[in-house]
Amino acid sequence: MQTATELDLNWVDVCALHDLPDNNMGAAVLHEETQIALFYIKQIDQVFALNNLDPFSGANVLSRGIIGSVGDELVVASPIYKEHFNLKTGQCLEDEGVSIAAYPTKVTEGRVLIGLSS
Amino acid sequence: MSKKTLVVIGNGMVGHKFLQSMVNSDVMQDYQIVTFCEETRLAYDRVQLTSFFSGKSEDDLSLVEDNFFEDNNITVHTGDRAKHIDRKSKVVTSEKGVSISYDKLVLATGSFPFVPPIPGHERDNCFVYRTIDDLIEISEAGETSKVGVVIGGGLLGLEAAKALKDLGLKTHVVEFAPRLMAVQIDDGAGAVLRKKIEELDVSVHTQKNTQNIVDGEECVHRMNFADGSHIETDVILFSAGIRPRDDIAAECGLALGERGGIVVNDSCLTSDDDIYAIGECALWDGKIFGLVAPGYQMAQVVADHLAQKDNAFTGADMSTKLKLMGVDVASIGDAHGVTDKAKVYTYVNGADDVYKKIVVSEDNTRLLGAVLIGDTVDYGNLLQLKLNDIPLPEYPDSLILPQRDGSGATGLGVEALPDAAQICSCYDVSKGDICQAVSDGSTTMGALKECTKAATGCGGCAALVGQVLNKELEKMGMDVNTDLCEHFAFTRQELYHMVRVEGIKTFDEMLDKHGKGYGCDICKPTVGSILASCWNEYVLDQPHAALQDTNDRYLANMQKNGTYSIVPRITGGEITPDKLIVLGQVGKKYNLYTKITGGQRVDLFGARQEQLPVIWKELIDAGFETGHAYGKSLRTVKSCVGDTWCRYGLADSVSAAIDIENRYKGLRSPHKIKLAVSGCTRECAEAQSKDVGVIATENGWNLYVCGNGGMKPRHADLFATGLDFETMIKYIDRFLMFYVKTADRLQRTSTWMMNLEGGLDYLREVVIEDSLGLAETFEQEMQTVVDAYECEWKRTVESEERTKQFSTFINTDKPDSQIVFVPERDQLRPARQDELTSTSAD
Ligand code: SRM
Ligand SMILES: Cc1cc2nc3c(=O)[nH]c(=O)nc-3n(C[C@H](O)[C@H](O)[C@H](O)COP(=O)(O)OP(=O)(O)OC[C@H]3O[C@@H](n4cnc5c(N)ncnc54)[C@H](O)[C@@H]3O)c2cc1C
Ligand code: SF4
Ligand code: FES
Repeated sequence: MQTATELDLNWVDVCALHDLPDNNMGAAVLHEETQIALFYIKQIDQVFALNNLDPFSGANVLSRGIIGSVGDELVVASPIYKEHFNLKTGQCLEDEGVSIAAYPTKVTEGRVLIGLSS
Repeated sequence: MSKKTLVVIGNGMVGHKFLQSMVNSDVMQDYQIVTFCEETRLAYDRVQLTSFFSGKSEDDLSLVEDNFFEDNNITVHTGDRAKHIDRKSKVVTSEKGVSISYDKLVLATGSFPFVPPIPGHERDNCFVYRTIDDLIEISEAGETSKVGVVIGGGLLGLEAAKALKDLGLKTHVVEFAPRLMAVQIDDGAGAVLRKKIEELDVSVHTQKNTQNIVDGEECVHRMNFADGSHIETDVILFSAGIRPRDDIAAECGLALGERGGIVVNDSCLTSDDDIYAIGECALWDGKIFGLVAPGYQMAQVVADHLAQKDNAFTGADMSTKLKLMGVDVASIGDAHGVTDKAKVYTYVNGADDVYKKIVVSEDNTRLLGAVLIGDTVDYGNLLQLKLNDIPLPEYPDSLILPQRDGSGATGLGVEALPDAAQICSCYDVSKGDICQAVSDGSTTMGALKECTKAATGCGGCAALVGQVLNKELEKMGMDVNTDLCEHFAFTRQELYHMVRVEGIKTFDEMLDKHGKGYGCDICKPTVGSILASCWNEYVLDQPHAALQDTNDRYLANMQKNGTYSIVPRITGGEITPDKLIVLGQVGKKYNLYTKITGGQRVDLFGARQEQLPVIWKELIDAGFETGHAYGKSLRTVKSCVGDTWCRYGLADSVSAAIDIENRYKGLRSPHKIKLAVSGCTRECAEAQSKDVGVIATENGWNLYVCGNGGMKPRHADLFATGLDFETMIKYIDRFLMFYVKTADRLQRTSTWMMNLEGGLDYLREVVIEDSLGLAETFEQEMQTVVDAYECEWKRTVESEERTKQFSTFINTDKPDSQIVFVPERDQLRPARQDELTSTSAD
């Protein structure tokens, strides 16, 4: 499998940084038919993006989960059945075989951009 | 091989225990069992008999598991007394004419209350106190009576006096001896006990010899005493001791004791090798044991003897510890110091009405007996010293002197006890059993109780069980990890104190000062809940919003497809037709699935996130407020219709429920709390299955606590009786605040109480007797919460900024197009996965 380099990515502007809650709470954005969960972590001033679909319930709810840390990893807990997903990688902590799409992000001139593979 | 027949006469506490022991034994397969049960009820818990008055039902008291007789193929003849035993042909005949040939026979006929042959003793409204039927008669008589007398001031007499008092009668106790509880305690202790009981408004008359009972002038009876004095009374209870029921044994010629009782040997065999006797009818070594634990031992001995296993009855300790009318009383071994050359040490504290006495051997090295009144915390230690014959400290009086220098009690550590030491006599649990259970993983008081049953009977051993537990944990080097999570090395209770003491107002502040990492889905909601309990600030204010579980964060419960439910408060379950119409209209307008909940209100399901504020606005404009169905907080206060409509109602249960619900709504707590109010003991509101339940009686409100339904149902315990509304609210304030402050995360009131050392009694001490001196603080703190209440939804819909937080996406107003409903029974429901894939394929 080929890994996508920055160049292959299609950077999509989804919202302004100040649209995101500044207290370690998630928010969802819609890009075409894709629902994306965004998490701004204030301590490290960084934005993370995951697909919003909770694979265990089939509902688009991950943006509404509680953010926290397990060891050194930042995670979000699904609000439905409480599985944890790594904010950087989308890996599920409870089930090795499950992971969700995690998207690269960058903030340019106050806008949040998400890298989707084209 | 055909089975042998085993006949058991008597299905009382011990008779039934014997059946259970048989069922658990291999020898059961050799026998066909038939039992005669004279009473119309199968075995029930006579020890707890008095609780029948405080609301326990026949079912609660029953000792017979569902289908016990059917499942184990035991024939029971209920309401039939065995009348005659033919030992030659080995046949038992009953009053109703049943004849059964036996191979082995067990007599478990118990005892009967002795009624002294005073002229007039057979008059109406003269009762004894032994069976449920007796209690039903007494309570019926109580309804038309004002005064009651108990003849006999022993243990049972005082218990009966308490029952009369609770029935609302002016109560007297008449005792022939110069003091109360003459068998168990001495003069000094009797005086302290008498004073305490008189303080409870029960008159005590000692050294009274009743000559006769005749017609009274103001009451039904007049009792004339030998000294010329008299009392008038409507009800008389005889409690002058018990006598073994040995008539059937006497008639067939079994050996009896001089003063009655069926003589048995160490295997509980009578003078006939095929007949055993157990329980209160049996006389062993010249002694009748009027307690249930020795009877249970005998039951096991007989089951073992039939199975040819080694076991013998070797006597039993008759030490007792109990709370009589709220007074702690205990007696151990040789309480009267009758042992030759015994030495006696006494400690009397007139100010606090405490009396303690120990009897020790001549050489000061062994404990022989003790009496404790007013303060029985030393009971467990003293009993163990006596039972295990442990050497005493150099100055034995140090055992009962108060430890004022904070050095902690002397006496023995639990470590000094041998493994065989019996810690819980109700369930025969030894120290070894407890240690084993701890090392097998029962590392909390609650788990230990569940696994060993220790401390779940009379509760007298709870403190000692706790000590053994702690010592074991210490030994295992197992500092039990009570950390909330990896981010906080504290318990919920410790965090609560920090919030209070340091005035912490936000999660970040807490994390900075006492935690590490970023927090998680355990500590964030916990701290959020504590902050809300303490300061009751709007939960969606910036610093708090991120702490809430989704349910709290959107002030609604998330459903399986990401939509939410809406539950407006319907206090006490009372709702006007107009409001009901509003609910219908709103449900219809937004196409919400509508259902009546188990909590006497209405739930509207299927609202999308962005719809929540709009729908709530409509509801609030129509006069509704949030029902906190999403919070760990007060849910519902269910009510029955009460005396406003119901012909049996004794109080206005609906108004009471509404007042109570309005008082505690919004209170954030470790777990959800549910309450209910019933208008009479028919209990249509199911108050006894609630964290706090209230039932109206003729004498005021009865308060129950620590019940719940759910995964592990538990009946609530009767906490206080005959309260006026105001006092009851005070108790509930204190109870709930104590719970909110000290319970663990997600611990409901029942588990919390089970884990408190001292359990329900301790809770009573804190809440009713104010033993911690915190009652006023609790009430004030509760008042602060009550005053700070506001409807979160009202506050939310008032502000545009807040309602904006509910939009599904921050970059568009579109809804989540992947939420799909399908019709069912004229309403909507979420599409299932398989239905989803077929609909989204197009
Ligand atoms: C709606 C309702 C069922 C119904 O259709 O009747 C219901 C629905 C839920 N119950 Fe319940 N319970 C409902 C009455 C009850 C009752 C009956 C009662 O209150 O009299 C009980 C047993 C009584 C008790 O709690 O003592 C009950 C015992 C539970 C439990 C188990 C609690 C326990 O201690 O074991 C849970 C799980 C929990 O809280 O951890 C639970 C949890 C839930 C949750 C919150 C589960 C969840 O997280 O999604 C459900 C969501 C409701 C929603 O979306 O609004 N529900 N639940 C009832 C709402 C009552 C109300 O008006 O607020
Ligand atoms: C109010 C009260 C409080 C008590 N509190 C305590 C306490 O705190 N701690 C404690 O240890 N003990 C207490 N006791 C004593 C305890 O209840 C007894 O020790 C226990 O019940 C004895 O059990 P048993 O089976 O020997 O007798 P019972 O429980 O009396 O059972 C005997 C049964 O046999 C039946 N029977 C008798 N003759 C016949 C016959 N011929 N045919 C068929 N059936 C027959 C009787 O009707 C009865 O149902 C209390 C007792 C009372 C009344
Ligand atoms: S509990 Fe009693 S008062 Fe209430 S409705 Fe039922 S019968 Fe009537
Ligand atoms: S001694 Fe009665 S419960 Fe343990």
